[in-house]
Amino acid sequence: MSGASNFAEGVDLAFYVIIGISVFFLVGITAVMIYFVFKYNKKRHPKADTSITGSVKLEIIWTVIPTILVLVMFYFGWAGFAPMRDVPEDAIPVKAIARMWSWTFEYENGKKSDKLIVPKDRPVKINLVSVDVIHNLYIPAFRVKEDVVPGRNNYMWFTANQYGSFDLMCAEYCGLRHSYMLTTVEVVNNEEWAEWMLTPEGESDLDRVAAGFNVIKTNGCVACHSSDGTKLVANSFKGIWGLDRKVVVDGKEQTIKIDAAYIRQSVYDPNSQVVLGYNSGIMPSYIGMISDTEVEQLIEYIKSLGGDAQ
Amino acid sequence: MTAIPHQKLYVDFFHEKRGLASWLVTHDHKRIALLYFYAISGFFVVAFCLGLLMRLELIAPGETIMSAQVYNEVFTLHGVIMIFLFIIPAVPAIFGNFVLPMLIGAPDVAFPRLNLVSWYLYVIGGLLALSTLLYGDRPADTGWTFYAPYSVKTGTNVTVAVLAAFILGFSSILTGLNFIVTIHQMRAPGMTWMKMPLFPWALYATSWIQVLATPVVGITLLMIVAERTLGIGLFDPSIGGDPVLYQHLFWIYSHPAVYIMALPAMGIVSETIPVFVKKSIFGYKVIVYSSLAIAFIGYFVWGHHMYTSGMSGPARIIFSILTFLVAIPSAIKVFNWISTLYKGSIDIKPPLLYALAFIFLFTIGGLTGLVVGALATDIHVHDTYFVVGHFHYVMFGGTGFAFIGAIHFWYPKIWGRMYNLKWANIGFTVLFIGFNLVYFPMLVLGMMGMPRRYYDYLPEFTIPNLVSTVGSWVMAIGLIIVIVNLINGRKGPKASTNPWKSVTLDWTHTQSPPSLYNFEETPVVTRGPYDYRDYEEYIKNES
Ligand code: HEM
Ligand SMILES: [Cu+2]
Ligand SMILES: [Cu+2]
Repeated sequence: MSGASNFAEGVDLAFYVIIGISVFFLVGITAVMIYFVFKYNKKRHPKADTSITGSVKLEIIWTVIPTILVLVMFYFGWAGFAPMRDVPEDAIPVKAIARMWSWTFEYENGKKSDKLIVPKDRPVKINLVSVDVIHNLYIPAFRVKEDVVPGRNNYMWFTANQYGSFDLMCAEYCGLRHSYMLTTVEVVNNEEWAEWMLTPEGESDLDRVAAGFNVIKTNGCVACHSSDGTKLVANSFKGIWGLDRKVVVDGKEQTIKIDAAYIRQSVYDPNSQVVLGYNSGIMPSYIGMISDTEVEQLIEYIKSLGGDAQ
Repeated sequence: MTAIPHQKLYVDFFHEKRGLASWLVTHDHKRIALLYFYAISGFFVVAFCLGLLMRLELIAPGETIMSAQVYNEVFTLHGVIMIFLFIIPAVPAIFGNFVLPMLIGAPDVAFPRLNLVSWYLYVIGGLLALSTLLYGDRPADTGWTFYAPYSVKTGTNVTVAVLAAFILGFSSILTGLNFIVTIHQMRAPGMTWMKMPLFPWALYATSWIQVLATPVVGITLLMIVAERTLGIGLFDPSIGGDPVLYQHLFWIYSHPAVYIMALPAMGIVSETIPVFVKKSIFGYKVIVYSSLAIAFIGYFVWGHHMYTSGMSGPARIIFSILTFLVAIPSAIKVFNWISTLYKGSIDIKPPLLYALAFIFLFTIGGLTGLVVGALATDIHVHDTYFVVGHFHYVMFGGTGFAFIGAIHFWYPKIWGRMYNLKWANIGFTVLFIGFNLVYFPMLVLGMMGMPRRYYDYLPEFTIPNLVSTVGSWVMAIGLIIVIVNLINGRKGPKASTNPWKSVTLDWTHTQSPPSLYNFEETPVVTRGPYDYRDYEEYIKNES
């Protein structure tokens, strides 16, 4: 796959050197092995030469030559890598916020996006921030990858040198939806980018929504409730706001509407109204663990996932 | 068969005492080896099937047979069983136990009771790991590495899984300790260190790693338990901890553990080749020293698993250069094995086929290891399918093949019967082809940029995934042929005491199957372990 950043050349050169030497050795070793097996087969060679037990000369040769070769490989590996730690002063700073299981990119002027938008031929420095577990920002076409570790200020940088849309993935296992934690990098020209940066966004509820997400994540709700419609142990939060649901109250069926009151009740006294088809007694009460404000945030988050009322 | 007179002391180890109870309290190293054999093989088959299920799920993008949550649990269980219950104990606990005492002319290991304790710890740990399927929340979904903070936050049964690994660690430590003392104290008269066969040497180097490195992972796993139950915050940055600390502690053990997996397998290869080539191993001393060098340098390279964790540039460079150095002793071994073939009288029998396959597959594993050891290239393939391909070449292509080869090699010694050689060759061939069909495409996928532990993937990754899945069926057929043939072998023709005409003590001085204390009288060693001069005569005189 062809590269699209300033690092691609150095990384790919290291690949060619290491894989080239490796293929040479693999083919050589295999060929000699097969040749010996045929040449010195018992039928053709009934008596082994038991006088051979070793050779100091050969041992030295095949210690020294591989040592030199691995040092050559090390060198190319280092040379391709060294510039990655050397961020240019004028690099455009972007904050990448990783959470289970999505990315948000925040630019210098406060603008946010879920795709990474960068100009061609200008260095970009990505500051990596995780709000929960370890993730990893990986752009295969750019040959860059770095862990996003909570509590650490990891970073990466690159200069995109091709226009287009490139896959950006999470490469550190982070739970249920790890393989869906994907987005793209859009490489555009400088003017387009500057213009895009200046367009204001509509009033955003992102912060409250993010806080709500934080609530369900830190309290382990995500182990049972997905945010994408997948049915895990319990119903997903996706698209449920405002829906009518059949629930069981004291063993009797009732229809209720999923609204703020119902959500609050479900957090504090979950087994009083269990949606038909789910088992009672599995979800614990969160009294004393999730505060009233947090429930408000949680409601914003659930609203943000869509539903009838929107 | 040669007739070694049965004296009362040498109770035949299969026939005199029977019944399950006599096995479960046995102190005999051979019976304990077989107890391990059945337990470990069982776990291997289970984890193999889990591997097949994962491959089936990945045959095409989107959901095929299981949900994402189940997939994550399956690869975790697959990894945990394969690592802690199969690949780490397989060779030392089974073949180390069975043949180490015989190879050095000893009646048993130094601490037979401790040996049995190790087996019980193994079984308890193993059952505990499997029990996570049965109760509580769902089985662990962290991957076999249990990385914090995910392992601290997930609601799945991580605590029990981690405790299981902790207990298994003790089994490993005790086996290592036992072997070290056995090798120091119980070699037959005349067996100087430099007359000791290479498999014991490999076990010796391995045992030191087991004893010195395993406690580190023990403590680390307990830290995870403490985090989960008490929230002490070692790995939690919001109260001053550091998630990367976990990774350092984990890999300080788990990288040396790679050599716990590889060294004994290399020992088997060194033991097998001379027997079928009928000449001395090439560069005996160099192979010995390279084992020790691997065990030693192997302690200082753990950081290569963490190039992308945010370590400083200089740290990455130092770990990379050390990683390249540890590759050299392995390369030297390969050259010595190949040279042993030179001017031999080569008899292609199944054990030799497995040994040669080991050399080929392990070389691919090692060479792909250089790709992940170099900084620039690792940045691209770290945590992708390239790594998955790489370590399956090392662990399955290397240790797994050596393990199956060892079964074929010592089969007539253990059971006194011979399996069908033709079917053994067929099984080997299918397994070998299937193996490469499964794992070579993974190397390609990683180069293309497909991350590992992915339940679902982008359309561009479809074709290599399809090939890999079809390959997994070929590999399964190969394994079935191998297993069925080995089971049928139990009813096969009686084997002679020394069918491969080896000159090591396990074949020349014991019956097949061996008697209780192996040797009628303590053998006195006068020759080197691979001295094949006039071997026919030597074998005739000794037995
Ligand atoms: C000696 C044999 C084997 C060993 C030691 C072994 C070991 C492992 C380990 C340690 C992992 C990593 C798990 C993790 O990421 O936490 C893994 C992953 C995997 N194994 Fe195996 N395995 C073996 C055989 C197999 C077989 C027979 C198959 C399939 C037929 C298989 C297919 C896979 C796949 C597809 C993954 C990657 C899962 C993912 O990243 O999503 N393995 N194996
Ligand atoms: Cu992830
Ligand atoms: Cu390692």
